Amino acid sequence: MTELDSETRRLVIVNAGTSDPSSSRMLADRIAGKTIDRLNADGIHAIVQTIDLGPLAGEVGHAIVSGTPEGALAEAILSLAGADGVIATTPVYKGGMSGLFKSFVDVLDNDLLIATPVVLAATAGSARHALVIDDQLRPLFAFMRSLPTPTSVFAAPEDWGDPALGKRIDRAALELSALVGSGIAAKISTEGWKNYQHGWGGVAAGQDAYAVDLGSDLMRIAAGGR
Amino acid sequence: MQFGIFSVSDITADPTSGSTPSEAERIEGTVLIARKAEEVGLDVFAIGEHHNPPFFSSSPTALLSHIAALTERLILSTSVTLVTTNDPVRLAEEYAMAQHLAKGRLDLTLGRGNTVPVYPWFGKDIRQGLHLALENYNLLHRLWREDVVDWEGQFRTALQGFTSTPRPLDDVPPFIWHGSIRTPEIAEQAAYYGNGFFANNLFAPIGHFKPLVEFYRQRFEHYGHGTQEQAIVGLGGQAFIAKRSQDAFDGLRPYFAKAPVYDHSLTLEQWAERSPLAVGSPQQVIDKTLEQQEIFGDYQRQLWIMDHSGLPTKTVLEQLDLLGEEVVPVLRTEMAARRSPGAAEAPTHGSLVRAKYGDGEPRQPRPNANRGDNVTGTSPYQDSDPSQPARHPVFQ
Repeated sequence: MTELDSETRRLVIVNAGTSDPSSSRMLADRIAGKTIDRLNADGIHAIVQTIDLGPLAGEVGHAIVSGTPEGALAEAILSLAGADGVIATTPVYKGGMSGLFKSFVDVLDNDLLIATPVVLAATAGSARHALVIDDQLRPLFAFMRSLPTPTSVFAAPEDWGDPALGKRIDRAALELSALVGSGIAAKISTEGWKNYQHGWGGVAAGQDAYAVDLGSDLMRIAAGGR
Repeated sequence: MQFGIFSVSDITADPTSGSTPSEAERIEGTVLIARKAEEVGLDVFAIGEHHNPPFFSSSPTALLSHIAALTERLILSTSVTLVTTNDPVRLAEEYAMAQHLAKGRLDLTLGRGNTVPVYPWFGKDIRQGLHLALENYNLLHRLWREDVVDWEGQFRTALQGFTSTPRPLDDVPPFIWHGSIRTPEIAEQAAYYGNGFFANNLFAPIGHFKPLVEFYRQRFEHYGHGTQEQAIVGLGGQAFIAKRSQDAFDGLRPYFAKAPVYDHSLTLEQWAERSPLAVGSPQQVIDKTLEQQEIFGDYQRQLWIMDHSGLPTKTVLEQLDLLGEEVVPVLRTEMAARRSPGAAEAPTHGSLVRAKYGDGEPRQPRPNANRGDNVTGTSPYQDSDPSQPARHPVFQ
């Protein structure tokens, strides 16, 4: 990870599309590009980093079983932890988000994406999957207590030739750039940090991974108290 | 630096023959393994505690006392003693008794265990597991240090004027290691009391437990027991050794393939590369262990799990020959050479007696005649000050 000045905002794409080129990745790239344009127009410098889950599939599978992300997956999660905004895209294979996408989210710390703005996006072979985002991704990111943008972006094959897709991308990008530019994530996660549960050794941004609350009831008992 | 082996007492079918040892065979084999550990020059043998098949070790003190009678030098320990579901009063009594029979060659590692149903079997609630562990040790600590204890807590019947018998050998309690792989509260408790901290160092990436060990070291210093490097750290591990590296991998592979404790999305080779699992030639096992010293700092006890997953007793005994003859002697020399002069020695009963009494005679408690209670009058032991009554319970 290159050193960034503190004013630079970092968008992270999480892409569960596995082909190359991947329509999920193309959708994410378009959303990211528009978001960068918006941020730049507001005088905010921003960059994009991409986590393609395909090459991490083995590590994701291992982490699901062992409970401990390792290697390139651990690096990807660290990168995601520091994101100012996220663009999450998944293909729909069997009536739902891809298993790889869900497995990746399953190995994240519960507090990793607290108050992080996220655009939810999906691609599918049929418009009949259009509700996958609202039906599955929104509840998932609600659990993660992130901030999904009001507009999500779904693309079936016919959408790629439809200017309406571009408009939805614009809308989502505006919403994401507004959230990222507002600094709302930092405000919530900094001021409210202690109000959320955090695991020992967690990698969420803003967490001192191995900070311990020595004032807890159990810590008092550990030190001979009652 | 102490070197030894620890076992969880699993009775598992040997995947190469398909045959499962009987409980009798496995228990007998475990005694042989412990005696072999002493014969090949290891320092420690530790056994776990389980209350369900396919494990046999529901009663660690019985096994350890028996082994104590058959050995001269070996330190007997546990891996782990369940401090959650056992009554701390029974722990105090049973392990003090075993400590006497072992003539001080006994210590304990306390843990919460990883068998979920064990809690209801003993009338406990797993959601209170950590609270139980912390509070139970607080009581155990006092039972071994105060002749007469008044006590009230969340989980067990209050005690008034209770004396745990026998008093620890030489009035010096067995050394305690607190075992944990993820819980800072346990590390805190170990540090608060100046006890040891043990990380099993299994099934996780190399160095995974370092933050917890470091936290323990910092808190040990915070509580004034010494510097961080004087903290008492134990590490587990697992080894399978052959003269030729490839033979070690080939030998372990069928057992690894059936072992439920491994994530089999990785190969044996990947496990050996990523985790503290040491498979290979004696030199490879030596290198892996020296790497732990580099990562965790100087530590006081290294235990390996050698009998598991259906490995036959004969193989385990051969493994111990290799461990004792070709690995540990080199490690003793190498680790001592790399050791900071300020690092603590591993505590033993002898060192704890010296720390408490110097050159003086250890206390040998002799009880007074039975008077029916400990609540009235002095301590129940003859060396108590007659003018100093036992502390009376506070009725509120």
